[in-house]
Amino acid sequence: MSVFNQSRGRVIQIIISAVFLIITIQLINLQLFSAKYKLAAENNAIYRKIVYPDRGIIFDRTRKPLLENIISYDLMVTPAEAKTTDTFTLCALLNIDTVEYKKRIRDAIFKNTSVKPSIFEPLLSTELFARLSENMYKFPGFVLSERSVRNYPYNTAAQLLGYIAEVDTTFLRKHKEEGYEMGDYAGMNGLERTYEKVLMGQRGIKRFIRDNKSRIQGPYENGMFDTVAIAGRNLFTSIDVEVQQLAEQLLQNKIGSAVAINPRTGGIIAMVSSPTYNPNVLTGNARRRNWGRMVMDTAKPMYNRAIKGQYPPGSTFKPLGALVALDQGLVTPSYGVGCGGGYAGCGSVYVRCEHKNPGHAANLRLALANSCNSYFSDVFRKAIDNKKYGNATKGYLKWKEYMNSFGLGVRLDVDLPSEDKASIPDTARYNKDFGGKGRWNSCSILTLGIGQDRMTATPVQLANLMCIIANKGYYYAPHFVDSIERENEEDKEMLKKYRTKHVVTHISDSAYKAVHDGMHDVTVYGTASAISIPGVEYCAKTGTAQNPHGKNHSLFVAFAPKKNPRIAVAVVVENGGYGSVAAGPIAGFIMEKYLNDTISTSGLSEVDRVAKINLIPTAIKQWYYRKDSIRAAKLAEEEANAKLEAAAEANSKANTEAQLELNAKPVGSNDTAVKIKSKSPLLLPEEQKKKWKGGKP
Amino acid sequence: MEGRQAMSNRQKGISQGIDTTIVWLYAILVMIGILCIFMVEYRNDGHWLQSFLNGKTSYSKQFIYAGVCTILATFILLTDSKFFTAFANLLYAFGILLMLSTFVIGKNINGSKSWIPLFGGFNLQPVEICKIFTALALAKFLSRQETDFSKLKSQLIAGVITLLPAIISIIQHEAGMALVYFCFFLVMFREGLSPTILIVGFSFVALIISTLLIEPNTLAIILTVGAIITIYLLRKQFKRSKGLLTLIIFIWAACVGIQRFAVPFIFNNVLECYQSARVYSAFGKDYNCSENKRSAKKSDKAPKKPDDYNVRQSKIAIGSGGLLGKGFLKGTQTRGKYVPAQSTDFVFTSLGEAFGFVGCLIFLLIYLFFLFRIITIAERQRSTFSRVYAYSVVSILLFHIAFNICMTIGLFPSPGVTLPLISYGGSSMVSFTILIFILLRLDADRQMVLR
Repeated sequence: MSVFNQSRGRVIQIIISAVFLIITIQLINLQLFSAKYKLAAENNAIYRKIVYPDRGIIFDRTRKPLLENIISYDLMVTPAEAKTTDTFTLCALLNIDTVEYKKRIRDAIFKNTSVKPSIFEPLLSTELFARLSENMYKFPGFVLSERSVRNYPYNTAAQLLGYIAEVDTTFLRKHKEEGYEMGDYAGMNGLERTYEKVLMGQRGIKRFIRDNKSRIQGPYENGMFDTVAIAGRNLFTSIDVEVQQLAEQLLQNKIGSAVAINPRTGGIIAMVSSPTYNPNVLTGNARRRNWGRMVMDTAKPMYNRAIKGQYPPGSTFKPLGALVALDQGLVTPSYGVGCGGGYAGCGSVYVRCEHKNPGHAANLRLALANSCNSYFSDVFRKAIDNKKYGNATKGYLKWKEYMNSFGLGVRLDVDLPSEDKASIPDTARYNKDFGGKGRWNSCSILTLGIGQDRMTATPVQLANLMCIIANKGYYYAPHFVDSIERENEEDKEMLKKYRTKHVVTHISDSAYKAVHDGMHDVTVYGTASAISIPGVEYCAKTGTAQNPHGKNHSLFVAFAPKKNPRIAVAVVVENGGYGSVAAGPIAGFIMEKYLNDTISTSGLSEVDRVAKINLIPTAIKQWYYRKDSIRAAKLAEEEANAKLEAAAEANSKANTEAQLELNAKPVGSNDTAVKIKSKSPLLLPEEQKKKWKGGKP
Repeated sequence: MEGRQAMSNRQKGISQGIDTTIVWLYAILVMIGILCIFMVEYRNDGHWLQSFLNGKTSYSKQFIYAGVCTILATFILLTDSKFFTAFANLLYAFGILLMLSTFVIGKNINGSKSWIPLFGGFNLQPVEICKIFTALALAKFLSRQETDFSKLKSQLIAGVITLLPAIISIIQHEAGMALVYFCFFLVMFREGLSPTILIVGFSFVALIISTLLIEPNTLAIILTVGAIITIYLLRKQFKRSKGLLTLIIFIWAACVGIQRFAVPFIFNNVLECYQSARVYSAFGKDYNCSENKRSAKKSDKAPKKPDDYNVRQSKIAIGSGGLLGKGFLKGTQTRGKYVPAQSTDFVFTSLGEAFGFVGCLIFLLIYLFFLFRIITIAERQRSTFSRVYAYSVVSILLFHIAFNICMTIGLFPSPGVTLPLISYGGSSMVSFTILIFILLRLDADRQMVLR
């Protein structure tokens, strides 16, 4: 029998070989031809820990930090290891009840599993951190983990500095090649955005091996592939933090903007857009909520009016009209017009003038001092109808060229994102307005000469104009950052545009002297005579821009001192009326503070008075009022809830939500600003909750 | 060979006539096993030697098991060969009794109540041991002088002997172990069982697999076309044998019936949802659990779809090894404990990850050589008992190896079969040692005629 079946032994050998062959083929398939498994194993097991470098710090001109990094501590919990924790003590320290404790643990497990650390309490106060750290041994499963958070010691310049936030998918798509990853923070606005590359530094990556429960087993390949984090570099700006703070204070309760530039360098000393907000509300865990609230605010606290607000310059434009005519050689400083209360040179279009006494526009100086509409209408027509260019359209094009070179109707390239260029209208615009080419002339667009018509400018452009006049014909593009720490070639390239001198006119110094004298006269016996800077002679021009939607906008431009100017200022207060009333004093104090380093004692009460003037339009006030009513209703409901809560601790969740909502007050209103300054905004809900509970009868 | 002779000359004791190649291969495999378990358990904390000496870790336990097995092997080699023939049936009966006793005193481990708790926390799985007894019983039955294996009656008795333990272990939810008992058909084939049964068996498996892989209507058309072609090719022979046409039509009807009705019925009504899903996933298909009536009946909740986490991680581990592997103790999947049951059922993954394709190939060649060596031994036996037993050993090993490795590389649903001599576990280790050393004992007495 054995012999009979011997061949079958061979068959069995073949079967065995076949089985092994099949296994080998599958192994070849898996190990040699499927790259995805290698990748899957790496994704599984290699944990890349990103080591965030410290972001660069932004300093003001005296090396005071406008923002800095502080180490904040989060209390982290790994629920699986926290079973033996002393819950009672922990709750007492954190001032929460066990229901809340259990809820947080549940949330942590739900969001992040029970074996990974989750945040239990973010951004601990220093006091709480101290008390927790001496008791940590009682809380196994809990750790204090540090993280770097932006802090703004002066609570100022929020719109300029911008904020950092976690990148979202849209951001990642836009900045594909720059190495951002989900969970990273990046500058989203202001200087943080513009100088993101400088500030962010270079992230380090540490690789660890982790197990199936994401527990770290040790460094991968002994750290062979790790990279070191390189700290971000600091920015040195021209901002003067005290001037900035003063300007913000003065613009409280108003909608408007102020810009102060050092004309010699183009460095911006202060830039305010009101209403503004406390930059500290956009750090930490309350960021999202506060941000959402500010976006909804009709007064737009995050909108930088200094670079985005477009206003007709009004009379503040007049010195410029003179410069164009002087540069083209159409007038001399001694040129004068006889004005009897208005400009009638165009017949149908009559431009009224504030003055009608003879000789108030006998020369350029006088015309400027008296802000004579007739004079500047006349000068404007001269420029448009210049024989050299043949017709009005060509004359206008030349004039527009002048405007653009002065920085009007073009972006000045301030180092903030999303600057607006405002408007010097195109000829096409006028062709459309007047029904065809050549169907308009200098008379049709006459009011351009006094800063009205379709012309608009941003406050920073107006301030830049003052720089040109102060410098007698040149300017540096306005900017914040003077220098960067360890400046490299790339940085130099980036800052080159701010170190280039733009020469825009070729007018003799004597002609400029007439303009300066005229503007100085404004401050002596003209519209700005009520505003004085102790011990400083300065030049200014007021403006009142017609506003079709309500009260006129108040404008004020100035530079000081008259000789060797060191500061040029433009202030716009929306619905402020005459330029000298609302905007003038603000500009005056800004210059005084910068030049004298202090405000005179008599000035201090005046500062207070100006700060208190409320010029917010009724529509916005009503919006706040509505918000407040809702808040009041909520507060009433809240108290009712609190009473119920005292009886039974059931509806704590609804409570918290209501309180969060309640805290969402607009920033622009006076009391909020004070409150935010006085307290850490992150702790507000909890503190208020306590207060209500305590204050209840 | 010379060395072996020299050795046998020197000691006339137990080593006389023992096949040293098998002993060496056995030792090598056990060492590889301990190494693999070491790779799985290793913690990068510098105390591995200490924990090894403490005997708390799996690899040190496996080392102890190896020691126990050495003693056991010595005892077996000291036993008279006649003992095995004499007690074969009794041992078989004892094995069946042990298996049945698990229904009473069984301990539930991993959802299968097939373990008997022993002293000191050790557990014995009778189904493992029973394989040896079945092999002995089968050998005993086939080597009886009055057995004529060409008779259907004998074939049926042999079938009952081998499948009885399989049926018991199916009742105990150890489907994988039950499958192993089918390996004895390979032995029976060697001893004269008609190859038709093997062919029918393979065809049946092929049909079921194609049912899973191919869309039902397409498969029905393929089968029909195949039947028509066969009828066309054999049309001239129909005159000679009338039954042929009927047979072909019957086979065709059976195939279509299985494919259209029987297979879906089994997957939806007989098997549990997770079992069906496992089978489907082994062939890269998703099983829709909402069709499973059995799981639906048990609970009102929609049956939960299990994922193939084990197999996926196992494939990742082996696949990421590449050609040369990540190196000893450098497997990230292994160190991160991503593969479940990695020291027992999925032990092959640690090898595949650390040493790559080359390592796996060398390992498979060792196994292949081992199996071929046993076949050589089988064919040199004079007595049917020894030969049948040797083939049983080959078949058992082959089925274990094939099922286990195919499971780890995703070719077969995971039935929970250990890798012989490699997987961690005393039960498995001891039973394979006994299996192999009985063979060596019998081989040493190959000149004797055992019945």
